[in-house]
Amino acid sequence: MTPDQARHAIEEAVARVAPDADLAGLAPDADLRDGLELDSLDFLRFIEILTERTGRQITEDDYPHLATLASAIKFLAGG
Amino acid sequence: MPALGADMDEGTVLEWLVKPGDEIRKGDVIAVIDTAKAAIDAESFITGTIEQLIIGVGETVPVGTVLAMISEPAAPKAAPPPPPAGEPQRQAATPEHVPAAPGRPAPPISPLIRKRAHELGVNLAGLRGSGRGGALTRADVERAAARREPAGAGARSKATPRARRVAAELGVSLADVTGTGPGGSVREADVRRAVPAGEAAPAREPVPAREPAPEALAARSPAERTRSMRQAIARLMARSKREIPHYYVSSTVDMTSALSWMHERNRELAVSERLVPAALLLKAAALAARRVPGVNGYWVDDQFRPAEAVHLGLAISLRGGGLLTPAIHDAAELPLAELMSGMRDLVIRARAGRLRGSELTDATITMTNLGEQGVESVFGVIYPPQVALVGFGKITERPVAVGGLIGVRPVVVTTLAADHRASDGYTGARYLTALSDLLQKPGELL
Repeated sequence: MTPDQARHAIEEAVARVAPDADLAGLAPDADLRDGLELDSLDFLRFIEILTERTGRQITEDDYPHLATLASAIKFLAGG
Repeated sequence: MPALGADMDEGTVLEWLVKPGDEIRKGDVIAVIDTAKAAIDAESFITGTIEQLIIGVGETVPVGTVLAMISEPAAPKAAPPPPPAGEPQRQAATPEHVPAAPGRPAPPISPLIRKRAHELGVNLAGLRGSGRGGALTRADVERAAARREPAGAGARSKATPRARRVAAELGVSLADVTGTGPGGSVREADVRRAVPAGEAAPAREPVPAREPAPEALAARSPAERTRSMRQAIARLMARSKREIPHYYVSSTVDMTSALSWMHERNRELAVSERLVPAALLLKAAALAARRVPGVNGYWVDDQFRPAEAVHLGLAISLRGGGLLTPAIHDAAELPLAELMSGMRDLVIRARAGRLRGSELTDATITMTNLGEQGVESVFGVIYPPQVALVGFGKITERPVAVGGLIGVRPVVVTTLAADHRASDGYTGARYLTALSDLLQKPGELL
């Protein structure tokens, strides 16, 4: 998965979980959950959609890698 | 019009999901009602057959108004055979009226009067008769209809629910559509015809009848919704602080065993089946309420009425502002996995505006998990007539002394706001202790 594909998957997942959230207005290294006001259920849904989209197994131990947009792209593209 | 929450005093019928002749069972969703806070699926209080829908789509009426007539299945009593018109035997959707009826039957209303009232869209339940023995006359009904005209009731466009939904989807104003249905009512085909050619309709599949489609049904604009919800919350919370002498207790709970148990369990599960800490907190809060029943129930008529079941209300903040507190029924009895899926479902439906009436009225105790938004602790305001509100802060790593050594452990600050009329601080303390004990034995939360 290229970084662009990873970014696209993340954007889609955010759009579905929090349609009114402004991902574009968020710094790449800002915390996604705080910045987009995702609660734990939103975040779980976010992971669920990313798993569906990328086919990648994401365990709870991987969650820290998904804390920011930059780290999430790196994680998804790196796998 | 049922009271769908302690803060509701009027409601608007957005949609009827039944029609005369339909057989319904107690608990079936029969209408969608718009309240200050949200559009809510209203359930029938009784089993029977729909005789007549009295309040039309788009009408706003006070709580207690009769919405529909439902006849109960033939009772064993030796009654005269029902008149051919299917005279309704009992009023539905107004709990206050049901038990009140048997003692003093209202003067009979002739089918002709009833028919005229239906034509004019007049609600007979609210009318005082001027005829013999207080009986309603044709003139009473017509006067009532005339009184309502200036309120714009006559200008209401008649349309089927499906037409309304399609109109909202396509951005068509119903007022601009010529109806070809019975009585000039607007049907789906009329709406589709009204879309100018070339202005292609959005390439969306038509929404199936029971799919959540809040925007399509919402009678209020987002700005109006925000304002009316704010007012509803204001009224209820002001009442709470005016009437309820709150007392507060708090306790810091070690979450080490609960979280490691959860992570271990989640490791083997697909994302969709994983638990979040909130589910553990919810189950523990419900079980603790069963162990300490003094915080679970209602303060009514100057006394505490403990509730038998634990229906745990969950404070859910809505994107764009506002708050709903639907209940998870029998939360203490539900297996953790079901509680988790129930919580997910409830949050989705609360935000999509598809909650059921019973979910908004049945809570016996409420929980807020504001820790999700990063605060360390939250001391809540009780939802009357409930008597307690449990609060959870954010789970954070803190230095903790264990066995004479300092270690870093995840902890959560639990709080309880309780009604001092119903219980004393001692009860509140016992509740938080029970909560903490339960969180130390996560295996028992299953």
